[in-house]
Amino acid sequence: MLASLKTKFFDAFGHAFEVPDEVSPERYRSLRRIMTWLMVAVSVTPLLLLTGINHAQYMRTLEREMENPLYALVRKSQASLELFLGERASTVSLIAHAYNFDELTSGTTLTRVFMALKSEFKGFVDMGLVDDKGRQVAYVGPYELLNADYAKQPWLHETQVKGRYISDVFLGLRGIPHMVIAVQRMEESGRTWTLRVTIDTAQLEELVASVGLMQDTDAFLCDAKGVLQTNSRFYGKTLEKLPLSLPPRSLETTVRHISDAEGTRLVAAYTTLAGTDLTLMAVKPATDLLRPWTSLRSELLIVLCGGIAIIVIVSHLLMKHLVGRLEASDERRVAAFAQMEHNQKLSSIGRLAAGVAHEVNNPLAVINEKAGLAQDLLSMDGDFPHKQKLIGLLQSIESTVERARSITHRLLGFSRRMEAHQQELSLGEIVEETIGFMERGAKNRGVSITTEGFGEAPRIVSDRGQLQQVFLNLMGNALDAVADGGAIAVRCAAADDGGVKVQVSDNGKGMSEEVRKHIFEPFYSTKKDKGTGLGMFITYGIVRRLGGDIDVESEEGRGTTFTITLPHMPPQSAGGDA
Amino acid sequence: MALHILLADDEREFVETLAERLGLRGHHVRVVYDGLSALAEMEKELPQVMVIDWMMPGLSGEEVLRKVKAAHAGLPVIVLTGHQAVDDNGQDPVAGAFMCLTKPVAFATLLDAITAAALSSGEVRS
Repeated sequence: MLASLKTKFFDAFGHAFEVPDEVSPERYRSLRRIMTWLMVAVSVTPLLLLTGINHAQYMRTLEREMENPLYALVRKSQASLELFLGERASTVSLIAHAYNFDELTSGTTLTRVFMALKSEFKGFVDMGLVDDKGRQVAYVGPYELLNADYAKQPWLHETQVKGRYISDVFLGLRGIPHMVIAVQRMEESGRTWTLRVTIDTAQLEELVASVGLMQDTDAFLCDAKGVLQTNSRFYGKTLEKLPLSLPPRSLETTVRHISDAEGTRLVAAYTTLAGTDLTLMAVKPATDLLRPWTSLRSELLIVLCGGIAIIVIVSHLLMKHLVGRLEASDERRVAAFAQMEHNQKLSSIGRLAAGVAHEVNNPLAVINEKAGLAQDLLSMDGDFPHKQKLIGLLQSIESTVERARSITHRLLGFSRRMEAHQQELSLGEIVEETIGFMERGAKNRGVSITTEGFGEAPRIVSDRGQLQQVFLNLMGNALDAVADGGAIAVRCAAADDGGVKVQVSDNGKGMSEEVRKHIFEPFYSTKKDKGTGLGMFITYGIVRRLGGDIDVESEEGRGTTFTITLPHMPPQSAGGDA
Repeated sequence: MALHILLADDEREFVETLAERLGLRGHHVRVVYDGLSALAEMEKELPQVMVIDWMMPGLSGEEVLRKVKAAHAGLPVIVLTGHQAVDDNGQDPVAGAFMCLTKPVAFATLLDAITAAALSSGEVRS
């Protein structure tokens, strides 16, 4: 799997980075695309990861921030509620054990004890003594409950089982919500009785509320069945069913995320009060607490999107620039390679032509001498029929040999060695001389020849005779190309390397791309009957030998420009073959 | 003006025909076909002008030229070559030679060159 991925990667990229045979724009577009996306992916991935981690951490912090006050609130309320109930239960237990049944049922003892109790502790409503048959035999309080029968009340059973009991809130016989704290006493005589007090639930509410609730926070008590034991702000009155799902019983303070009936997300902290079935709950809507996160999230999103946009733009521009540079450099390389190939081709052709010329020269010389001898012999004899005709034929052979000779000599001229004829010279002078040769012909046809820039051009070291031949060739061609009344311009400028650049332009008929491609090859002539087709070939050879370069631009119907660059000094190997 | 001329060229057809044409014009011409023979023939009887090919088997034209100049500095040598081109103004890249001509050479040119060479050495025999 990994290996195949690797192969695919290198297929895609290896191809993209290969040296091109030719410069195709599609190739660079795809390269730019691949590199841009790669760079975007590499830059954006950490950014996204960072944002994700940041988001998760921020969420966690927010949750904690949301949970912590609730947690603290529940802990605080739990402590005060447990203290409140514990204190009262202990006091009741103390009374039950300090007095006997008879002491409490006789006279005003119970009233006295209850008054003392009430003065010491808040929240007591009444107090009664229940005998082992469930009958309340003594009672102090605002209700008519003396002799009330509690035998069937669940709290009495719980007390008889556990010895001490703190009840849930219930309506009881009086029909008002209250809670009971009861303690069973078994006297040495074997008599068993129960001392019970009731506590006003308003006290519990006060205690729950005393911790100071935020506006959106609710805190309440409920029993194991989910019945509210105190009034709740949002979820109902005492003894109503709590409309939230009740968490499992836990003596540890716990924080949970729950939803109400409408699906609102809530955070709830809760704990079960020690020694009771009562659960203390604090509830707060989670959405409100997330408000700061929502605003931060949009800021984070803007930063993220902005970051990605910048990365994409910068990647795009950078890759465009880089691939552009690459493309330009490839183009230059391909062009240089093509130029080198062209030069090598012409050089090979030159060598081949010289070789052929050499091989042809010897037989030509033989033909020449044989024909000459034949003429010599003929001239010594007397007249005979066809003598004049034969002499004419032989002369024709000689002149044909002469024609062939001129071709082979020029071919040899392309690659001949050049011994030092180098001198410092001014191109302006050479061009002026060359123009001098052609002036008459140009004038007759109304062709203007102008020069430009030769005054400022630097002097160079080169071969005067050879350069003359070059300009004669180029300007002769230009003259042949222009119509009567045409114009030829010869411009000169300094080149970067201390050399010079000369342009010979005409506004003549121009040449086709096909002609332009072959212009420097031998025997390639457009002047069918006039030229040998060697002029440009020799011109090319000379310029190359002088360490320069020649280039041609042409447009059919618009004209042709030959550009020659010549170095300040010819290279050391100038004497070698072209 | 009859001249003693020594021709050396491995191209027999050429050199023999040339010798015959020079002979028709009254010159005394000897012909050899390689460099070594050219030197030997020269020593037998010193010619007034030597015409040698530049590329010959055995001893090349260049070596022959050097040896001739070493032995007889005043003897003019005309070099004929199918290889080395010569400028139109007759500039001679071959050091020591009286003239260097490229084959095929017009007979009149060669004749003029031979005459000029003989005159330059001052050994014109009538």
